[in-house]
Amino acid sequence: MTTLDSSKEIQKNNSEVNETHEDFRMFGLITFLIADGMTFAGFFAAYLTYKAVNPLPDGAIYELELPIPTLNTILLLVSSATFHKAGKALLKDKNADSQKWLCFTAFLGIIFLICQLFEYFHLPFGLTDNLFASTFYALTGFHGLHVTLGTLMILIIAWQSRINGGRLTSQNMFPLEAVELYWHFVDGIWVILFIILYLL
Amino acid sequence: MTISIDPQKTNNESLQPKGWLRYFSFSLDHKVIGIQYLVCGFLFYLIGGTLASAIRIELASPMSDFMPRDVYNQVLTLHGTIMIFLWIVPVVNGAFGNYLIPFYVGARDMAFPRLNAVAFWLIPPSGLMLVASYFVEGAAQAGWTAYPPLSITTPQSGQIIWILSVLLLGGSSIFGGINFIATIIKLRRPGLKLMQLPMYCWAMLGTSLLVVLSTPVLAGTLILLSFDIIANTGFFNPVLGGNVVVYQHLFWFYSHPAVYIMVLPAFGLVSEILPVHARKPLFGYTTMVFSIMGIVVLGLVVWAHHMFTSGTPPWMRLFFTIATAFIAVPTGIKFFNWVATLWGGKISINSAMLFSCGFIINFVFGGITGVALAQVPFDIHVHDTYFVVAHFHYIVYGGTVFIIFSSIYHWFPKVTGKMLNEKLGILHFINTFIGFNLCFAPQHWLGLNGMPRRVAEYDPQFQFVNQISSLGALLMAISTIPFLINVFLSLRNGKDAGDNPWNALTPEWLTSSPPPVENWEGEAPLVEEPYGYGKEITEQI
Repeated sequence: MTTLDSSKEIQKNNSEVNETHEDFRMFGLITFLIADGMTFAGFFAAYLTYKAVNPLPDGAIYELELPIPTLNTILLLVSSATFHKAGKALLKDKNADSQKWLCFTAFLGIIFLICQLFEYFHLPFGLTDNLFASTFYALTGFHGLHVTLGTLMILIIAWQSRINGGRLTSQNMFPLEAVELYWHFVDGIWVILFIILYLL
Repeated sequence: MTISIDPQKTNNESLQPKGWLRYFSFSLDHKVIGIQYLVCGFLFYLIGGTLASAIRIELASPMSDFMPRDVYNQVLTLHGTIMIFLWIVPVVNGAFGNYLIPFYVGARDMAFPRLNAVAFWLIPPSGLMLVASYFVEGAAQAGWTAYPPLSITTPQSGQIIWILSVLLLGGSSIFGGINFIATIIKLRRPGLKLMQLPMYCWAMLGTSLLVVLSTPVLAGTLILLSFDIIANTGFFNPVLGGNVVVYQHLFWFYSHPAVYIMVLPAFGLVSEILPVHARKPLFGYTTMVFSIMGIVVLGLVVWAHHMFTSGTPPWMRLFFTIATAFIAVPTGIKFFNWVATLWGGKISINSAMLFSCGFIINFVFGGITGVALAQVPFDIHVHDTYFVVAHFHYIVYGGTVFIIFSSIYHWFPKVTGKMLNEKLGILHFINTFIGFNLCFAPQHWLGLNGMPRRVAEYDPQFQFVNQISSLGALLMAISTIPFLINVFLSLRNGKDAGDNPWNALTPEWLTSSPPPVENWEGEAPLVEEPYGYGKEITEQI
């Protein structure tokens, strides 16, 4: 049983009634992630259609180097595991461990973003060069935006899980669970993106 | 895990403003938010209606003499966008959904009250932005569909503001959808089964699924379009190797479901109103639920019937024609269920009932032309003509807007505790019904004879029929006056309604009118038969 912080906003007429309801914040988050996934689905559909029906001009470069994105895939997959570790640690009331794992996860996220930027700067094409280039930057950029937001959120909950005065405890796991689900979602999208964009 | 609401912590009513001021506050009360949606939407309806009148004045003569051609295009773009994104979608989903759904599921508020308030407060700024974009140099003039390359090659500043505004409104819509799904699935009163919910809950569940699944695709598409406009990419620009048909696919993947986002809640609302005023149970509850869900599934796979003239390959035409024709089945089931609900009932001829019957008549007409438009040979003949304009106005105005008015007459006593004046209401109905049909029925003929839509000038042979249509539009514009007088007079000194003037059985009537802040004094009632009219009056009342 946790007390909902926002409940202080809920007006009550009848102060004797002490009502409970199920925690459906996770349900709302999942619904939101489905919606977010549909945005990516739209982008993927557009990309695949372009690939199928729109021939690129002669001399257009559309081969991508694999090492950096492969490293990125590994980074994100490992970060999913370390996030999971952080959750496990918090469940056992080991806040220090949890914070350590969260910081490590955020670190991996930052490395991912740096690698992504490195790749951007070394690619032989720019945003407006051709249709493939535009879709490539739009897709990876939109995903990168998600990673950036995720990393910021991880840093926030890492701060929140500090031992003295942090809001994150084994009794109040929701913020961590929510960001974890989001992070796994961003990872999953990356795997699909990696397969469609780099391997296909 | 469960969440307990601590009564000690929640007892601070002083934090929220009282009286009319709360309608201008970041209120978390679902009833306040519902009214905010409704009034805000209605103000935009008045703006959109003024623009529609301007269009009809222009079309009263074959030359573009009332306004220049590009101004005509801007007015038409703004009219479409306002009516869809700021009037129909927010009102039929946001206003009635927020007001009614928590009552129907036996809750004290929506699942995420704060998200709810955020969703509403996205609307006024983006609406103002949209209206303001008309006054900048180069307002948007590519229609509400913003098809490239037109939207890329026309002046761009207005188009970008248009995109931003629609993105914000889409976000508002998604937040609302998430809230409705969570409220209906998760916040039901203990003991209330899904199949006991009033039909509007099912309609809103279906609508919200469509919102959550399709609106993000529109958002992604508009982001790509804005890249084309700002950053000179070529996603949808054939000159740079892009593909305009991809835009059409992505756009209609949202915008066809958007038709159901606009009309499914109206289906739900009419299913609430008819049983009350016909004193009969809703006919075929289970078939109604399955047809709503059938429409949701089919509604997601019919989008390309808007694109039969965009070089779609034959297999695609075949598939989308068949899928579209199939939608007539669940829709037909619903139509016959409404008629069967009326059959043999003790019908009260009041404004709510009249508008609902008007809805049924107009909607079935729009539905028939919809099936006709799904047939490829016919569609190619009338594509982008006034036939299409007539068809979708029969659905969104003759259908949804009639139901919005019907719902206002039905729930006004609930919200205010005052009755609306019936004489003015019936005057409003007659005026609207005649005006609407006079305005849009002749447009079928115009379309069949080849008058293209979205053009300020036309062949002089169409002038007489266009003038009839403009006369209808004038009647529609006038019909707003008795409605507004009615609302203001009734608010000031309307007849007292009592708690349940219609003797209705749905849960929102089982509390005082207007309802208390948390909907019920004490526990929410368990309504197992929301449509149990004509049976022994049980202890439900």
